[in-house]
Amino acid sequence: MSQHARRDVAVLDGDNLVLGGAARRIVAIGLAVGVVGLGSGFLLGRAAGDGMRHFLHAWLLNWLFFLSLSLGALWFVPLQHLTRSTWSAVVRRLAEIVSGTLPLMALLALPVLLNLGDIYVWADPTRVAGDPLLEHKAGWLNPGFFTLRIVFYFAVWILLATIFRRRSLRQDATGDPAITAGSERLGGPALILYGLTQTFAAFDLLMSLDAHWFSTMFGVYWFAGIVASFFAVMTLLTAGLQRSGRLVHAVTLEHYNDYGRAMFAFVFFWAYIAFSQYMLIWYANIPEETGWYLRRQQNGWSAVGYALILCHWLIPFAGLMSRFTKRRVRLMAFWAVWILVMHWVDLFWLIMPELSPGGIPLRLMDAALLVGMGGLYAATLALVAGPRLLVARRDPRLQASLNFENY
Amino acid sequence: MATRETPGLYGYLAEFREPWDLIDAAAKVRDAGYTRWDCHTPFPLHGLDGAMGIRGTRLPWLVLCGGLAGLTLALLMQWWMNAHDYPFLISGKPLFGLPAAVPVTFELTVLLSALTTFFGMWALNLLPQHHHPLFNSERFRRATSDRFFISIEARDPLFRGEGTREFLAGLGADAVEPVED
Repeated sequence: MSQHARRDVAVLDGDNLVLGGAARRIVAIGLAVGVVGLGSGFLLGRAAGDGMRHFLHAWLLNWLFFLSLSLGALWFVPLQHLTRSTWSAVVRRLAEIVSGTLPLMALLALPVLLNLGDIYVWADPTRVAGDPLLEHKAGWLNPGFFTLRIVFYFAVWILLATIFRRRSLRQDATGDPAITAGSERLGGPALILYGLTQTFAAFDLLMSLDAHWFSTMFGVYWFAGIVASFFAVMTLLTAGLQRSGRLVHAVTLEHYNDYGRAMFAFVFFWAYIAFSQYMLIWYANIPEETGWYLRRQQNGWSAVGYALILCHWLIPFAGLMSRFTKRRVRLMAFWAVWILVMHWVDLFWLIMPELSPGGIPLRLMDAALLVGMGGLYAATLALVAGPRLLVARRDPRLQASLNFENY
Repeated sequence: MATRETPGLYGYLAEFREPWDLIDAAAKVRDAGYTRWDCHTPFPLHGLDGAMGIRGTRLPWLVLCGGLAGLTLALLMQWWMNAHDYPFLISGKPLFGLPAAVPVTFELTVLLSALTTFFGMWALNLLPQHHHPLFNSERFRRATSDRFFISIEARDPLFRGEGTREFLAGLGADAVEPVED
């Protein structure tokens, strides 16, 4: 509140606030990387000779990894409106751009939806027949209804992302504060829709891999990973843009400080949820519940579990705790990459034991698909950003956000 | 501790009208090398910590100790109660099973951390204090509404009576007055 140092919105005049020519470069390189990555992943999958089963599981894993980032953005934007958040006004546009990748994620769902029988037990009629539980669940878990639900989730997500992004872009042109007021009113209903669809998507896409198993906490478990990795991506995006000479005056260490806090909080929240889910099942000790964990404690999989405890919780928890770390962009970037890697490992631990309970199946195509989808993701980000502003230039809270300080 | 030049004198109080004047003045008091002095504002001022040259607090280390004490205490307590003093088998679980012990351990860690934060903050701020010499100043009452103050104590090694008074007046204070102990 030191009035003499107050920064006016005019400080942005000297700032580079658009991708400009870089957008086309990123789209071109991203597409090339995407085609090479996915193409070589496909060839490696064909060469594996397992009827593409590893390829499809690896596809699901990497697709869900990038979907996590988009969903995190879709959660973040309405929340900032709902809470009338000040600090985030300068970076909210970046989140809006990230949520704009959801159409790409819908497209990348196709290989999963077209090969359900090779991924999900319940979609394989030979395995459903004679299994009382799977037969009982067939009313919910069948390819037709499943596909319909996934289409519905994506329709809701893309609609919400588009509404909030369009409104914000319209404000760039008109500067009408009523747009912000309207987005605030939309924030609550949007978050309710988000919460329901994301939870059910977690049940459908991840939990139903072992259709015998169930955990009501599972949706929140994925959510914890989604939010932690979303703030990691925001950190990297912001740092990258600033390094390239964009948003230099707009974003300050105070905003990084808040990214760091959110990552710190959700690293712990993830552990809290993961442990709560584990403890209830460990304590009740009912076979249809423990089987899922048993599979993850045998044949080398327990090493991944312990690695998660250590590297998805304890180490980043200690590393991100200090204010010192949160106010140093390089350190923040380091922990952001760390958290993204661990979210990938977390999804690996959720998905791959169902494909290969006998051992850890790390293949080159996992990396090929990761790089390929990463390329497409980056290209889409640049495409969505386009020639438009990277900051909601006429947001009524921008001035306060520029001057935001942590106590 | 330096001896006081004038018996009965607590120190000098300087009054400022605007928060930014206080911050500028605080930076000069800091640079002059005073150590036993303080700022008083009706609301938290961003940037004042830096202007006063206040170093980071030791409180986090106290809290870490409190948290570790809670962690150790909780684990020991549960092991002693369930597995040692009165072994009690519950649904075939180990007498001391770590997953079952985690909730209580977590809560006790949080509890002792929070208590250490709260009372550690009191202790480091020398609270509770029922009276303070600055309350002797009529002017100082406005520190809770619309005025900003700097007080320099007489026991500061650099305190020079009239010299300090002139120093404060030279910082742009609206008024400087002595405060009785």
